[in-house]
Amino acid sequence: MADPIDTLRRLASSRFGSAAAALAADADLFEGLGIDSLQALDLLTDLEEAFGVEIPDYELTGVTTLQGLADVLAGRL
Amino acid sequence: MSSQPPVEALAWRHDGHRLEVELRQAPLNEIGTVLLAGLERLAAYLYAGASGARVVVIHSGQPGFCAGADLRELHAGLSTRHAWMPQRARNVLLRRAAGQFIDRVHAVFHALDQSPIPIVAAVHGVCFGGGFELALVCDRIVADKTARFCFPELRLGILPCFGGVPRLEREVGNAVVRDLLLTGRSLRATRAHALGVVAEVVPPGKALDAARSAADQIARFRPGTVAAAKRFIKPHPAARLARERALFLDLVLRPEVLAALDRFVADTSVRPYLPTSEAPGG
Repeated sequence: MADPIDTLRRLASSRFGSAAAALAADADLFEGLGIDSLQALDLLTDLEEAFGVEIPDYELTGVTTLQGLADVLAGRL
Repeated sequence: MSSQPPVEALAWRHDGHRLEVELRQAPLNEIGTVLLAGLERLAAYLYAGASGARVVVIHSGQPGFCAGADLRELHAGLSTRHAWMPQRARNVLLRRAAGQFIDRVHAVFHALDQSPIPIVAAVHGVCFGGGFELALVCDRIVADKTARFCFPELRLGILPCFGGVPRLEREVGNAVVRDLLLTGRSLRATRAHALGVVAEVVPPGKALDAARSAADQIARFRPGTVAAAKRFIKPHPAARLARERALFLDLVLRPEVLAALDRFVADTSVRPYLPTSEAPGG
């Protein structure tokens, strides 16, 4: 089974370009990719579609990294 | 094909039997006095016959459908208007002004909701708060996969006040409404479709095409029969709307609401559409 962080990185790079492919698991998504909250919501939608889960927005409070997203995701798989 | 001159935040054009309405208020079609005036003009046009249009398609030319009420305008009204007056007298005037604004919104949303000409919404991206409420007055919502629907108002210490809860209650079960209202979480399009809020989900960028297709199908039927069918199936939740208005006016002048609006207006971060750890008290 693929590492969720690799899958998240692939989703981010297909939406935001190659910079995301090299993003460290603990790097800040907003600063590292220069994305805003609307783009973050797009990524959330991609993530929910790809993994077939629902992630309530409130579980993302304070989440800014791929590792943080993977941790939240782990609670839904 | 004929065109209508732009009406500031909103423009429409005729294409066959369709009237296509584009929301074009930057940045995200926030509903304040400018867009509201455009919607009022649209409603008047529909009730004057809309030059024979049989169906309306409403869509956005911005990066999302609509981010909701113009909170900066609300904040300016609550924080600066009559600021020299004693608080108690000032609150009376502010409550009256807020009530008048809500009455304008309720009147135009009701007019669109009950328009004899059906309305199809093509939604992409953010459809939050007042934007969700605007979509809910439409007769059919087509969403592309980027669409997300949300009632974030409790984060500010208020309730939705453009008729969204009574209209969502019309479409889905009470448990769904409670979930969205009490958590403020957003639903993606496929989930909203599964719940029955959205009629169909299409790939990103295809919502307008799909809405046009559905609109053209509606336009094939006799307009009088379509209007009768709509009157028969779409109740007007008058009592619930009146209750919503009263609840909103009870909440909106509380200091914690103004404090939450202060934080929103001062927030220059890149995360205004994501939840924060800060919440209003009270």
